[in-house]
Amino acid sequence: MSIAAPARGWNGSLRWAVSDALTITWRNLLGITRIPELVVFSFVQPVMFVLLFRYVFGGAINVPGASYVDFLMPGIFVQTVMFGGVQTGIGLAEDLNKGLIERFRSLPMARSAVLAGRTLADVVRNVFVVIIMIVVGFAVGFRVHTSWWQFVFAMLLLIFVGYAFSWVMAIVGLSVGNAESAQAAAFPLIFPFVFASSAFVPTQTMPSWLAAFANHQPVSYTVDAVRDLVLGGPTATDVWVTIAYAAGMLAIFGPLAVRRYRRAVS
Amino acid sequence: MLAAMPDVSIRAEGLVKHFGSVHALDGVDLEVATGTVLGLLGPNGAGKTTCVRILTTLLRPDAGRAEVAGVDVAHDPDGVRRRIGLAGQYAAVDENLTGLENLFMVGRLNHLPKDVSRRRAAELLARFDLADAGDRTVKTYSGGMRRRLDLAAALVNNPPVLFLDEPTTGLDPRSRTSLWGVIDDLVAEGTTLLLTTQYLEEADRLADRIAVVDHGRVIAEGTATELKADYGSTVVEIEIARLRDAGKARRALAAVGHVRDGNDRRKVRVTLEEGARGLVEVVRALDGADVQVTDLDVHEPSLDDVFLSLTGRTATDEEETEPEAKAS
Repeated sequence: MSIAAPARGWNGSLRWAVSDALTITWRNLLGITRIPELVVFSFVQPVMFVLLFRYVFGGAINVPGASYVDFLMPGIFVQTVMFGGVQTGIGLAEDLNKGLIERFRSLPMARSAVLAGRTLADVVRNVFVVIIMIVVGFAVGFRVHTSWWQFVFAMLLLIFVGYAFSWVMAIVGLSVGNAESAQAAAFPLIFPFVFASSAFVPTQTMPSWLAAFANHQPVSYTVDAVRDLVLGGPTATDVWVTIAYAAGMLAIFGPLAVRRYRRAVS
Repeated sequence: MLAAMPDVSIRAEGLVKHFGSVHALDGVDLEVATGTVLGLLGPNGAGKTTCVRILTTLLRPDAGRAEVAGVDVAHDPDGVRRRIGLAGQYAAVDENLTGLENLFMVGRLNHLPKDVSRRRAAELLARFDLADAGDRTVKTYSGGMRRRLDLAAALVNNPPVLFLDEPTTGLDPRSRTSLWGVIDDLVAEGTTLLLTTQYLEEADRLADRIAVVDHGRVIAEGTATELKADYGSTVVEIEIARLRDAGKARRALAAVGHVRDGNDRRKVRVTLEEGARGLVEVVRALDGADVQVTDLDVHEPSLDDVFLSLTGRTATDEEETEPEAKAS
């Protein structure tokens, strides 16, 4: 009667996994709209970074073959989605801390739904933030030198990398168990990847040992791929490596995050 | 869809759970007959929450087995989840959603259709006196309202078996009494309930049977009356008419129970190990020794006495916390 029927077979459970994930996405998006100050602040920080690098540091940084604002914006885009991923960890840590994860785990819902719903909601938020960044970028002189569809593809690639990265942050959030620690733990993890990269300066100016790291880590590949796509240049290698990195992160950290979730108690 | 309910709705056999060197559960056996209430009583850190977490599929035991509503928790956890409701120590509701949205979400996650989820949410809000607050975000709710919403969320799927982990901890007396009323109604409707509490009064008030848990073991089990009779002690206070009879009265009563001295020399206090049954012998002994009595007071044992005599401490004076159960 009121005990819901069990999901039957693979089709049944997949259908419920999707339905459960969408319910959680709905809940998270609704939650975001209820805290407008958080929405505003998630825009303010990246905008400040644009202004900082464009007008404060920008004059002192020379990049070969491009204006600094064109060089900078792809880096800022990538930084924005990476920092956006931290929200996934913070949100899950908060759910865990408030006992919501235990409630979800006591319900007959899919084990993947809480994580899938959270990361999906964060993708939606990331899309909005990136759109704002594009507007700000154009306002400070950023221009696309290729075609609109290459630009759109670059933005989709970016969002995909951000999505994959948010699963890494999900593990952090479920491991530390409160929002403050999630934030504190995430920062030192992201910092070297975002700043020891090609995001803000050409890696040629770095000492060789640092450049070796910077040239081969995922953030640099993503920034370079986006840069190739919007400024022109040979795109294939950077794009493929970026996709491989993001897919690899998803394949490894996705199942690890679900495993972590299955054991999480506050 | 409701299959015939088994006679026993919760059964645990030899549950063991260790977190590193902490023995949270050290062989727990429990049995709760369908339609009855079992109170798990114990101090903080006794293992009550770990026990509930195993029975609600949140933790896997290291050893032992458990069955809830006739379904094995290890073999068919989803089957158990469809048949239980859980409300924990915190009000596990989303602060950024309204009361209605919270219950609707839980309905959807229980795989009820949208219209049923919506109807059920409205029904429960009305039942828990939250109808007027249903469209406000939970952020604006008082502690008592949050607990009621949390309990409502545990009932969305009409579960035949309900687990309440310290449902009234931290509530003011009025909210506590109101929540007790709600729980009474659920039990009257036939819900099987396992309730953990560190309040003796709560166990006494709500539970049919009480299991006293300490250091990960059930150290006593029975109805409140049985426990009081077995582990509590009745104290009889006798006021004697003639002061010179005091010595005689003490000698006569020493054969019946443990005589204690008080400040008032006209009063003799006897602790009876056999409970109120010993009262007859007190009267007989006094009569046989020809002691005249002006007053006789009987103090029945409370669950506090039971707890004290079983664990050597009172139920709420220990402040160790439940071991952090973050599996690593």
